Amino acid sequence: MTDLLKVRNLKIGAHVVPPQGKPFDIEIVHGVSFDLAKGRVLGLIGESGAGKSTIGLSALAYGRGGVEITGGEVSINGRDILKGSLGDLRKLRGHEVTYVSQSAAASFNPSKRLMDQVVETCVRHKLCSRSEAEARAVTLFEKLGLPDPQNIGSRYPHQVSGGQLQRIMTAMALCPQPDLVIFDEPTTALDVTTQIDVLAAIKDAIHDTGVAALYITHDLAVVAQVSDEIMVLQHGNTVEHGETGQIINRPKEDYTRALVSVRSIEHEEKAPTDAPVLKIENICARYPGLSADVVKNIDVELHAGQTLAVVGESGSGKSTLARVITGLLPPHTGKVIFDGRPLSAELAERSKEDLRELQMIYQMADVAMNPRQTVAGIIGRPLEFYFGLKGAARDKRVNELLEEIELGPEFRDRYPAELSGGQKQRVCIARALAAKPKLIICDEVTSALDPLVADGILKLLLNLQKIEGVSFLFITHDLATVKAISDSIAVMYQGEVVRYGAKSKVLAPPFDDYTDLLLSSVPEMKLGWLEDVLAHRKMESAGN
Amino acid sequence: MSRIPTSALIGLVFTSAYFLAALFAPLIAPYELGAIVGDVWEPMSSEHWLGTDGIGRDLLSRMIHGGRTTIFVASAATILSFTLGSTLALTAVVVGGWVDMLLSRFIDLIMSIPTLIFSLVVLSVVPVTLPVLILVMGLLDTTRVYRLARAVAQDVNVMDYVEAARLRGEGTRWIVFREILPNTLSPLVAELGLRFIFMVLFVSTLSFLGLGIQPPAADWGGIVKENKEGIVYGIPAALVPAFAIASLAISVNLVADWVLSRTTSLKGGR
Amino acid sequence: MSFLVVKLVSQRIALGLMLLLAASALIFVGTQMLPGDVAQTILGQTATPEALANLRAELGLNEPALSRYFSWLGNALQGDLGTALTNGKDIAESLSGRLGNTLFLAACAAVVSIPLAIILGLLAVRFRNRWPDKMISAVTLATISVPEFILGYLVMYLVAVKLRWLPSVSIVRPEMDFLDRIEAIAMPVIVLTFVVLAHMMRMTRAAILNVMESAYIETAELKGLSAFRVIASHAMPNAIAPIVNVVMLNLAYLIVGVVVVEVVFVYPGMGQYLVDHVSKRDVPVVQAAGLIFAAVYIVLNTTADIIAILANPRLRHPK
Repeated sequence: MTDLLKVRNLKIGAHVVPPQGKPFDIEIVHGVSFDLAKGRVLGLIGESGAGKSTIGLSALAYGRGGVEITGGEVSINGRDILKGSLGDLRKLRGHEVTYVSQSAAASFNPSKRLMDQVVETCVRHKLCSRSEAEARAVTLFEKLGLPDPQNIGSRYPHQVSGGQLQRIMTAMALCPQPDLVIFDEPTTALDVTTQIDVLAAIKDAIHDTGVAALYITHDLAVVAQVSDEIMVLQHGNTVEHGETGQIINRPKEDYTRALVSVRSIEHEEKAPTDAPVLKIENICARYPGLSADVVKNIDVELHAGQTLAVVGESGSGKSTLARVITGLLPPHTGKVIFDGRPLSAELAERSKEDLRELQMIYQMADVAMNPRQTVAGIIGRPLEFYFGLKGAARDKRVNELLEEIELGPEFRDRYPAELSGGQKQRVCIARALAAKPKLIICDEVTSALDPLVADGILKLLLNLQKIEGVSFLFITHDLATVKAISDSIAVMYQGEVVRYGAKSKVLAPPFDDYTDLLLSSVPEMKLGWLEDVLAHRKMESAGN
Repeated sequence: MSRIPTSALIGLVFTSAYFLAALFAPLIAPYELGAIVGDVWEPMSSEHWLGTDGIGRDLLSRMIHGGRTTIFVASAATILSFTLGSTLALTAVVVGGWVDMLLSRFIDLIMSIPTLIFSLVVLSVVPVTLPVLILVMGLLDTTRVYRLARAVAQDVNVMDYVEAARLRGEGTRWIVFREILPNTLSPLVAELGLRFIFMVLFVSTLSFLGLGIQPPAADWGGIVKENKEGIVYGIPAALVPAFAIASLAISVNLVADWVLSRTTSLKGGR
Repeated sequence: MSFLVVKLVSQRIALGLMLLLAASALIFVGTQMLPGDVAQTILGQTATPEALANLRAELGLNEPALSRYFSWLGNALQGDLGTALTNGKDIAESLSGRLGNTLFLAACAAVVSIPLAIILGLLAVRFRNRWPDKMISAVTLATISVPEFILGYLVMYLVAVKLRWLPSVSIVRPEMDFLDRIEAIAMPVIVLTFVVLAHMMRMTRAAILNVMESAYIETAELKGLSAFRVIASHAMPNAIAPIVNVVMLNLAYLIVGVVVVEVVFVYPGMGQYLVDHVSKRDVPVVQAAGLIFAAVYIVLNTTADIIAILANPRLRHPK
């Protein structure tokens, strides 16, 4: 077996220029080594800051924004590419090694037709004639399942969808028939039902062309479907490197075990009570100036001390529903009944008590907190505002809340910028709890977090529910989260609730089409899952 | 708090020197503003450090008195444009709706005419006195402050933490002064410096055109005008106020740059 | 050309026309905002009652302001800008030659400054954060901090007085040929170039940097394309629109700079004419000249916006 890519003791540093003070250098990858044989797929996995993208780009001898390879050796087909001239690099890039980025939408030149960009490498590197390159591209478009493969190339990037762009970028990477393709989180920005198709298309294309690939992602379940082997990274070091089956089924290291068992929180469903804390009756709402409803005829209820998960993909109207409940977007029909009393549609008309009992936690914790206020100020404000707590009494309660979110009083005087992502979200939870609410709306609160951190937040929320008896309306696109936390579930699609009921009922067959599609699209942490799903779907469509 | 960088220190020293000179002008100026004390366009000497002007007045004294006028008018106009512009902008953003629409469209309209041209049109009919000058300059420049402050406040206003405050039930005053203002302050303070510079240049230009500070009062732009004939004979008296204007502008600029970079990095805020 | 683009462009033109109309009203109101009597102010406290009455009649002050505005605007649209109070001459006639002079001066300054600004902007990006970039931005800071008239006298002092290369004033006469004209306006052109160069250069630099930092430039680099190909084929098509926009905005700025520079060099253009008659409180002339300046400014700004619309691929090729 010949090694295509050989990485030895790779060290990568970054030159940081802070807005104030002296620039400094830090090392972000501390001596990583691995080999990749021709035609093999290696998954690079790790949380944010693990250095996985940086390592991937080093196979192109490229450092993004101040990042520089400071030591070690990277060779492709036996040549050390770090020692090559700029001319050598140009031959390598786009010809031997190509790149597929996370955001295809930003990676295509907006003012050039797609076909011109797809065949550009072939034409410029004089690999083949333009007509031959176009023929190759059309074949690839077809293979990747793009609609109208003959003509889609004459469109501009903004004229096709995100999932299609991601496939076209894959075609662009494969068109010059490279030896190695770097896939950098190619499906992360996509909705889950789109992700599965793109993933399958990429997998087939890799398989058919026999190209080797580095597949970078933070999602172990995804990478398990496409890679032959997996390397787990943490803080710029290799934790474990092995065959995919071994990593998934018999992880050796604790960190890998934690990653494999992520999102497996079990939560027993609670029986509905007779007093719903929130009852949404026939809500229809639209944004001012638009003629179509964003949410239509919503009827759901949430019981005290329980969690209702509202699940749906982008554009399903789930966040709009939250805006209706909070009073930010008054509905044109229907009403919201909170704790037995109807809530005013307008935020301005709600009583202080209504506002106190209904709190909200946001997806992006860093913009949900005023950067100029300390943690104590952020958590203390609702105490002062709703309960008139001041001075020592307020301080005491702030400390109690900090203990409850497992942070402790030493965080009192920190500013949001001095906290990690998970800590920020915890402070936001404490701010919501400070109001002693009956209901907290959680809008994608774990989506921006790394899986292990997200798990910690979910466990905290479950625990707080047990102690405080608070209800959660949990808005998310992530079904694993839904399974982990909810008592009842509402599935939303194009502004409507398509399926609603107790968790055990919603997640059990028979399914409606959309829920089936949604549920079956969530990657599972097992080998061959992708093939199983696709085979199952094929069978079903044949049966129909 | 880190050390002040050299460039900002230079700016700070010069800016304070100019402001102190303006404040204590009557005490430090060697001669009266209008006193004729020498020959026409005398060169620099120990008697007259900067020489004399076109009718034999001490140039240094005129520079110090003129600087007082220039800095006073520019400061007053800046304060006017700044308070009015940022108050209107914050109101527009927080209240929103038609108030915002109406104000913004009106500001667009005023800005569709170049400031200098519009001020010339107005100054052609109103009597040019100090308060009128400050009012015209301040009001016209309100438009620029409004634009910037509105854009910055709009950015902050859509932040989740402002929404969180609204959901909590906070009043407009809390939202403006506790949530929005602290996060808009640093770009606004930097802009304050730039607006001041613009005002210095503006009042100097108007005076130079003969439409600003009227004799016998003097300001730097006016001193250029009085001595401009000298240029043709190679007498650089007109370049002295020119140097003063430029160095004041550059100094304030250096300070504003520093304020902006310092406050942006503060606790990772804007 | 798609329907959407036509719609947006015509909307923008309509907006420009509305702005123009509103600006004319604003200029008219601006000359009426005196608390007392315009005629009194124009003639001063010592004026005889007969003179005041005559002037009032001449200005049409006895009619309501609204009808005066519409007759002024109606006449202006037909090319009749009225007569000057000070010398009784037809304003349109006096303006036409001066407008030509001013546009000639501005055009020459544009021809010099636009390529220079773009080249310097590219240089600053190419040597970003290195000494050429830093030097360019230092010089830029210095020129922005100096008013136009001071730059004018500095250039005059150096070029005309110390070096004696050129006469200190820019006198042009109708019978002068092109080369003589160019020589006459060399100094004002240098000054105007300085005035707009700084702004134009800064904005060009920012526009190019913005494009160079986008993900599709990284894609192009990772395709192993040559530096020239990356810039010519990927950066330029996207940078042109912002750059043209920058140029247009600065031409509008140039129009204002012209006013002061003309006064410094005693150049017989619109600006000098306007300033002269502001001091003489010749309201009809000020209104007319103000209207023309505002119109040029609005036209340039509108053009800048239209170019931005035309250059946007999302609008040119809708879904």
